[in-house]
Amino acid sequence: MRQGFLLSVRGLRTRFHTYDGVVTAVDRVSLDVYRGETLGVVGESGCGKSVTALSILRLLRSPPAEIEGIIRFEGTNLLDLSRDEIRRVRGNAISMIFQEPMTSLNPVLTVGEQISEAIKLHQGVTRQEALRRAVEMLEMVQIPAPDARAQEYPHKLSGGMRQRAMIAMALSCHPQLLLADEPTTALDVTIQAQIVDLMQRLKEEFETSIVLITHNLGLIAEMAKRVVVMYTGQVVEEAPVEDLFREPLHPYTRGLLGSIPWIGRKLETGRRQLQEIPGIVPSLLEMPDGCRFHPRCNQAMDICRKEEPPLIEPNDRRKVLCWLWA
Amino acid sequence: MGLLDVRGLRKYFPVHKGILSRTVGLVRAVDGVSFTLEEGETLGLVGESGCGKTTVGRCLLRLIEPTAGEVRFEGRNLLGMDREALRKVRARLQIIFQDPYSSLNPRMTVEEIIAEPLRNHTRASRGEIRDRVSLLTKKVGLHPEQARRYPHEFSGGQRQRIGIARALALNPRVIICDEPVSALDVSIQAQVINLLVQLQEEMRLSYLFIAHDLSVVEHISDRVAVMYLGRIVELATDRELYQNPQHPYTKALLSAVPVPDPGVRGRRIILEGDVPSPLNPPSGCAFHTRCREREEACMHQEPIFRDLGDGHWVACHLR
Repeated sequence: MRQGFLLSVRGLRTRFHTYDGVVTAVDRVSLDVYRGETLGVVGESGCGKSVTALSILRLLRSPPAEIEGIIRFEGTNLLDLSRDEIRRVRGNAISMIFQEPMTSLNPVLTVGEQISEAIKLHQGVTRQEALRRAVEMLEMVQIPAPDARAQEYPHKLSGGMRQRAMIAMALSCHPQLLLADEPTTALDVTIQAQIVDLMQRLKEEFETSIVLITHNLGLIAEMAKRVVVMYTGQVVEEAPVEDLFREPLHPYTRGLLGSIPWIGRKLETGRRQLQEIPGIVPSLLEMPDGCRFHPRCNQAMDICRKEEPPLIEPNDRRKVLCWLWA
Repeated sequence: MGLLDVRGLRKYFPVHKGILSRTVGLVRAVDGVSFTLEEGETLGLVGESGCGKTTVGRCLLRLIEPTAGEVRFEGRNLLGMDREALRKVRARLQIIFQDPYSSLNPRMTVEEIIAEPLRNHTRASRGEIRDRVSLLTKKVGLHPEQARRYPHEFSGGQRQRIGIARALALNPRVIICDEPVSALDVSIQAQVINLLVQLQEEMRLSYLFIAHDLSVVEHISDRVAVMYLGRIVELATDRELYQNPQHPYTKALLSAVPVPDPGVRGRRIILEGDVPSPLNPPSGCAFHTRCREREEACMHQEPIFRDLGDGHWVACHLR
């Protein structure tokens, strides 16, 4: 299904003007999403993965945010669109689901009203027709008794149900691209499994491309085709998912993979100690010189402390931002 | 007899309604939990939100007063103990909490936080306390010069280290770890897990490790207990549980955890629906509403928690 890019981001830089100074939350990020593929974006808190998604849909208030670069979607640079034009894209061609199904649904509107709102807005149908389609969407995401649920308020739904309602809303206008920001992080594992299963099936049915943003490497292995690893606002590695797990190139990626416990790992390796990445993520206001990862890197060389690493392409499918591969 | 013996632990929370606050129901948060924690071992307690695992941890220390049951620590029952006796026991039975942001007093320096249990429980002199605090900060991987600072100056992982140092101050035998790494990023999570493992080896500690993340629990524990709706449904060594799970809920839980290996996608058991409310738990086996293997008996009769041999316990009619 590689018929070129649906989304192509080049040199995205998102800065916030704060009282303490200018914070560069996303720094020269470039990534591509092919049609019908799931791109995983992985990283820890504060690495800029959510801000990247919010920048793509221009959901950040500006000021304080300042977005630069090119976000090409279907040939159009989203950053060139007027406010009205970008509103026609949101929830229509590109939609987003958020981590917190509790706070991202409107508590004073029924579930049906919220879902039909987008349908009414983007597809220009009557209120009744929009509501009918909303119920259809609820049925599609396997909410039992969708007619009754559509008339209920979000607080009556469980966390898993709310996330289903969010997905129903996001997919209601059959978007070409879905930005899923930690879609299962607030959920229990058995409910997470239901949602992952649902997203996979809907993706195939609607041929939606997904950008899956998460800190959970298990989820990435499960759902993504290609992966982008982010650290302190930058993309440090990009690779097909099998290559990334089999042979991670960036020391940060290696550290991440070494530091997660998984079921059976201790029995396989016979070790109760996990690999550690020493230290903590630096503050965005006090970025180290050279490579931003060098204070935590066990392979840091002299040049890493002085000069920013180049983006290396070991083959046409992989990229790594590291002096070791230069 | 183990170091910590829990028998038939129950905690029912009353539900009040109306202006007279009449009791209209009971939430059976913990409904008959029994297990033994041996010296030097880590027992994992795993389950999804609302299964009662945190309530179990708090009941053991009587931070929440249990409704019924028995908690024997070093041979003595903690329930029914007077306050002074309980206070003395708590020196050797400590707890660390999930949220490193709210479990440290923001107005106390790290030094004061770690020294507090020493002041309250021992007659150590100022100098002795200072030495002990400095030793403890080093032991958990903090710089002694950081001891003068306040909690807000530290990251989540460092705060969790402060909580651990405080728990270690009185040389406890058992530490109840309530979701100690859930709020932390993965690279920091590994640091804290490693610290706990290392301290256990050095100080011969026993841990009751409570968490929702099965991969973390399985990694750190010698034995694992799986909870569902206030009860333990299966208890076995980590190897048995991983290689030979018996309860349908355990199997579903194991299969639901995404494996960080793109080669092994799929093959998972998807449970239907949500966990039922503990206010009105299903009859018979509490899991029968979501169980794919259920039979007639499961709907009416409560399964007995019994030993299949080799200390592998399960509460299921089908085994």
